[in-house]
Amino acid sequence: MYHWDFGLVWTYRWLLLDGLGVTVGFTIAIVVLGLVMGLAAALAKLSAFRPLAWLASAYVEVFRCTPLLVQLVWFYYAMPILTGIEMSALTAGILALSLYGGSFYAEIIRGGIVSIDRGQTEAGEALGMLPAQIMRRVVLPQALKRMVPPLMNQSIIQFKNTSLVSVLAVPDLLYQGQVAAHDSYRPLELYTVIAIIYFLALFPLTLLVRRGEARLATTD
Amino acid sequence: MTSQSKIEVAALRKCFGDLEVLKDINLSVEPGGVVALIGPSGSGKSTLLRCINLLVVPDGGRVRVGGDSFAFGTGTRLPGVKELARFRANTGMVFQHFNLFPHMSVLANVMEGPLTVRGLPKAKAEPLARSLLAKVGLADKADAYPNKLSGGQKQRVAIARALAMEPEVMLFDEATSALDPELVGEVLAVMRALAKEGMTMVIVTHEIAFAREVADRVIFMRDGVVVEEGPAQQVIDAPREAATRAFLSHFHKRGEAPAATA
Ligand SMILES: Nc1ncnc2c1ncn2[C@@H]1O[C@H](COP(=O)(O)OP(=O)(O)O)[C@@H](O)[C@H]1O
Ligand SMILES: [Mg+2]
Repeated sequence: MYHWDFGLVWTYRWLLLDGLGVTVGFTIAIVVLGLVMGLAAALAKLSAFRPLAWLASAYVEVFRCTPLLVQLVWFYYAMPILTGIEMSALTAGILALSLYGGSFYAEIIRGGIVSIDRGQTEAGEALGMLPAQIMRRVVLPQALKRMVPPLMNQSIIQFKNTSLVSVLAVPDLLYQGQVAAHDSYRPLELYTVIAIIYFLALFPLTLLVRRGEARLATTD
Repeated sequence: MTSQSKIEVAALRKCFGDLEVLKDINLSVEPGGVVALIGPSGSGKSTLLRCINLLVVPDGGRVRVGGDSFAFGTGTRLPGVKELARFRANTGMVFQHFNLFPHMSVLANVMEGPLTVRGLPKAKAEPLARSLLAKVGLADKADAYPNKLSGGQKQRVAIARALAMEPEVMLFDEATSALDPELVGEVLAVMRALAKEGMTMVIVTHEIAFAREVADRVIFMRDGVVVEEGPAQQVIDAPREAATRAFLSHFHKRGEAPAATA
């Protein structure tokens, strides 16, 4: 029978807190950048200008259909050799995760936009609004309401995906946990505590999403 | 076809794929004139109306509203998005299913055109919107959201929203067809008042009695062509074409005959 000793974990509290800080900051960065990417790709996919729509589709499919870990490693190891562009592990991580997230956000945003009744666009056109004005003032505000729960879900997944950057030695929560585990010879305790920290950070968010979905169901 | 007319449509053609929906349509409406478009479902009435404000871009012919004119077909350049938008800003359109903006209050719906398209400051757009809401009898609903309104109220807001652009002409596509029967009257009353004020209007409607009373002229369409056109009372009371007679007989049977003969 394994003898648990969680007391030891407490001595690594600052290290783990540091890691949590990096994980949260990293998540915020990749969610924001991913949403920008996703919105741009969604609008490009809906564009009447074919080459642009095609380019956006290619981006979405490439990043949706390759494993994130492969993308991370590729950006960090392969790209510098191919292009000569060197980047830090942190930059490579942010780039890969933002592009990966953006490809999923793009489909959610596109789906939200096309779900808005065509009559709304026609009403804007009949008033003499320009396409960009119709998108900004009529379609997007309505689509956003429907997109928020799935976007939140995807962002929760992104939060968990950040743990993959530990393979590039970015000092996130998982990486610091590994350091502590090696240092203390107590991997079971440390990995258990890390799992609990992730859970405590994410569970409230999933509840929030569920509440949002329920409210949407009653107002729509 | 005098150059005095407000709306002029000449040799208009429109196809959807292989289906020729409008075949050489000619139409002109005098300033202050009211034209009712009637005909069976699928005859091309909505498409014709949507060609008048270029919501549907025609394949051939010419469309003029006021001083703005566009030609279509081989050898012509398709209008760009800015030209289209400017053209549409001058024509008001009312849809069968209202198409109000559900995320905006009634007041914001009516102010949207003036603010976004005409670039009016809020201080001017708001009194304009409030006066139009008063005109359609909904001054007290300014702060409500569309989902709290009855169908008749929604359609009256939609009319106010279109009028807020101060358009030269108003187009109505079956404005009362989606309404419960008891709500039709309030919308027709607003349309009747507009016609009296001298608004130039093209109305697609199945309200034959209303068309006879309010329209100056009636156009009967079938399969993308104008079958018969003339003064409203003549076309409805004494149609010359057998097809018009056959179409109108449905309405007489349903007890919607003009009040004079009921
Ligand atoms: N956007 C479209 N694409 C393809 N066919 C259309 C489109 N709009 C209308 N049609 C077709 O054109 C014909 C005329 O339609 P419409 O103008 O709506 O007739 P009406 O308003 O008289 O009922 C119908 O056969 C309809 O199916
Ligand atoms: Mg129709």
